[in-house]
Amino acid sequence: MSKQINVALIGNPNTGKTSVFNQLTGLKQKVGNYPGITVEKKEGICKLPRGLKAHILDLPGTYSLNTTSLDESVAVELLLNKNDKDHPDVAVVISDVENLKRNLLLFTQIKDLNIPTILVINMSDRMSRKGITIDIPLLEEKLNTKIALMSTRKGLGLDRLKELIAEYGTIKAEKSLDISVIEPEYFQKLKKTFPKEDLYKLWLVITQDVNFMPVEKKRINEDASFSIKTKSELKRLQQKETILRYQYINGVLKETYKVDTAAAKGFRASLDRILTHKVFGYLIFFMILLLIFQAIYSWSELPMDFIDELFASASEWIKNTLPPGMLTDLLAEGILAGIGGVVIFIPQIAFLFFFISLLEESGYMSRVVFLMDRVMKPFGLSGKSVVPLISGTACAIPAIMATRTIESWKERLITILVTPFTTCSARLPIYLIIIALIIPEGTFLGLGYKPLTLMLLYLIGFGAAILSAMVLNKILQIRSRQFFVIEMPNYKLPLGKNVAYTVWEKTKSFVLGAGKIILAISIVLWFLGSNGFSEDFHKADEIVAERIETQGLTRYNQENLATTLANYKSSLNDSVSAGIYNISEKAITDSVRVKEELLFQNALHQEIASHKLENSYIGLMGKAIEPVVRPLGYDWKIGIAVLTSFAAREVFVGTLATIYSVGSDEEETIKNRMAAEINPATGKPLFNLASGISLLLFYAFAMQCMSTLAIVKRETNTWKWPALQLVFMSAFAYIIALVAYQFLK
Amino acid sequence: MATVAELKRGQKGIIREFANDVLPIKLLELGCLPGNEIELVQIAPLNDPIYVNVNGCHLAIRRETAQLIELDLIQEQTAL
Repeated sequence: MSKQINVALIGNPNTGKTSVFNQLTGLKQKVGNYPGITVEKKEGICKLPRGLKAHILDLPGTYSLNTTSLDESVAVELLLNKNDKDHPDVAVVISDVENLKRNLLLFTQIKDLNIPTILVINMSDRMSRKGITIDIPLLEEKLNTKIALMSTRKGLGLDRLKELIAEYGTIKAEKSLDISVIEPEYFQKLKKTFPKEDLYKLWLVITQDVNFMPVEKKRINEDASFSIKTKSELKRLQQKETILRYQYINGVLKETYKVDTAAAKGFRASLDRILTHKVFGYLIFFMILLLIFQAIYSWSELPMDFIDELFASASEWIKNTLPPGMLTDLLAEGILAGIGGVVIFIPQIAFLFFFISLLEESGYMSRVVFLMDRVMKPFGLSGKSVVPLISGTACAIPAIMATRTIESWKERLITILVTPFTTCSARLPIYLIIIALIIPEGTFLGLGYKPLTLMLLYLIGFGAAILSAMVLNKILQIRSRQFFVIEMPNYKLPLGKNVAYTVWEKTKSFVLGAGKIILAISIVLWFLGSNGFSEDFHKADEIVAERIETQGLTRYNQENLATTLANYKSSLNDSVSAGIYNISEKAITDSVRVKEELLFQNALHQEIASHKLENSYIGLMGKAIEPVVRPLGYDWKIGIAVLTSFAAREVFVGTLATIYSVGSDEEETIKNRMAAEINPATGKPLFNLASGISLLLFYAFAMQCMSTLAIVKRETNTWKWPALQLVFMSAFAYIIALVAYQFLK
Repeated sequence: MATVAELKRGQKGIIREFANDVLPIKLLELGCLPGNEIELVQIAPLNDPIYVNVNGCHLAIRRETAQLIELDLIQEQTAL
């Protein structure tokens, strides 16, 4: 077996590096994280001519080897560390034909590391339109490298690149310039002390804050004469280096690269004028947000309902086909429901990333940052946080995944931490039912109290997110880019293939990454809810049957049964007298009796289910936490619902339905039953204004969603942040709910 | 002394020599070097950040950074 050639793709952002990577590797790519940090690691395998193979590593985009972020240090560290298993045999620098001069800065730096370096000039399809001509052979000679002129959009130049990689041995690993001229004395001394080391590598080790090549770094630090005296001294030398490199590049390009400036450049300018306009700019952005929101909120409803029903019927099918028992239940209600709980998010994730990748690919995202930067700055966020925060209103899961587009780790972390505060769609069922129960009819300035309350809850969510971002910005001590500069790339038509890759890869990473955790927690919750150790649980059937025999059904079920039966009887009689049915008196009585039996059996099952849940592990836990939730105005039944709704907030309503043994998911039925519930301590309705507001506020702030925790774990690569989120948000929610209840009581 | 922050939309200037350590290195790498031409393309609606074209590279920077870049204005004879 031949050895794989290690190839590192490196380049400035917005040069189409990812497109080149996609074309080289196709679907044979793997996306993970660098160990211990959250920087995304993309790698893949590429087949080369003559049976050779290459391992392609897509390094994070960077403008130079002078790093200012964790992403960039990853690139530098890999290029410096010869012992890393991914250390490249050959580096491929991707540049874009319009910004060749700037792109070459990075190229010269990499070449100075003595790594064979191939230059890809991408987007060659734009040359004629922009009036650019390049003398490739002369440029190859001057830069002492091999060049592949590519157009990933038109699919040109890929074979040439593969050929060059296969023949990387013929590319000379020579420096492009000698940087010691910027401070000869200093570099002379350096050379004397470390005769074996390469000067430029030493220079990088000295100038970077990041701790790579630890041994050399330590030796340099020990020898005080080499540590750069002051920050400004360091900056001065880095500036000298940059100017030196640009002088060299200008010299190279003078004869090889020609731009006819008369060529059109109007399209970009006029599009910019509209998209960053004081009024239209915001209007267009607002419309785009609305569209995204519409997609994840409404369009995904259809596939989500489909998935929901699919898994429900699959679970039903298993229960009917397999012999009844623990294992069948585990399969049908634990595992299958858990998988369903993961798959259900796919439509939303796919939709959001479809739009985000369109925004990124087209170059519009940079304009969003430009528009929103001033608005978000006071909160320690940049314009890029806007899209995740807004998407969080539909669902926090795809929103948190969307924070990957934020380069600054601090901003990204803050956005991840505050996004769960925004009111996601899973809170809606709870909000609606409780608002319907406790908020009186009436209007304020022409607006109903109920819709006003709902709107207030949305605003509270946003407010909590923004305020906690401000606080976190003060608290978090993370080194981050101190100043703001973003490139405004040219507008491009998004490539369908790249969009498809993004959607596919994000969905996959959610299912495989966070999916495992969600599945595990749902199985645990299922187990706790459907098992118990007491007699009460195991003999629930007998106990409930006996109780019904002596005391009858619960009062609510009795009344419910009586009214349903009365309705049934009268509608039957009506039909008969209207001549729709032609049946005898006896048949009517029989039919009523059958109906009564059916209703009774239903009620019996509901009461058994309720009794079982009450005595299951989770039921006992709910009772155990009653002293904790009582000050909030809840009883143990709500306590159980709060616990189970950790799986997903909307489960709250379903759990109450089971516990109150109403056996129906109809909102109206559950609502009526909830309204009838009496708090034994006060003798008043359990769901009153105080306890209702307290519940609303609790759900507004609490981290009641295991899937969010799972995705935060996946995105931050540690349990520390989701744990903190869980503790702080729950504590905060508890305190607010407590204050609200005690105040309103 | 004029700085980039004082440019009007469409106005251009040539970046002056600047003190050694005022500008972030990132800006230099992106082409903000003495002698290069810089044009103000667009100002964000809330007056910050600003959007410039320096040496063919389009960048958005905050006003506080723009104030650090001194320049000599180029007077356009013919406004196109």
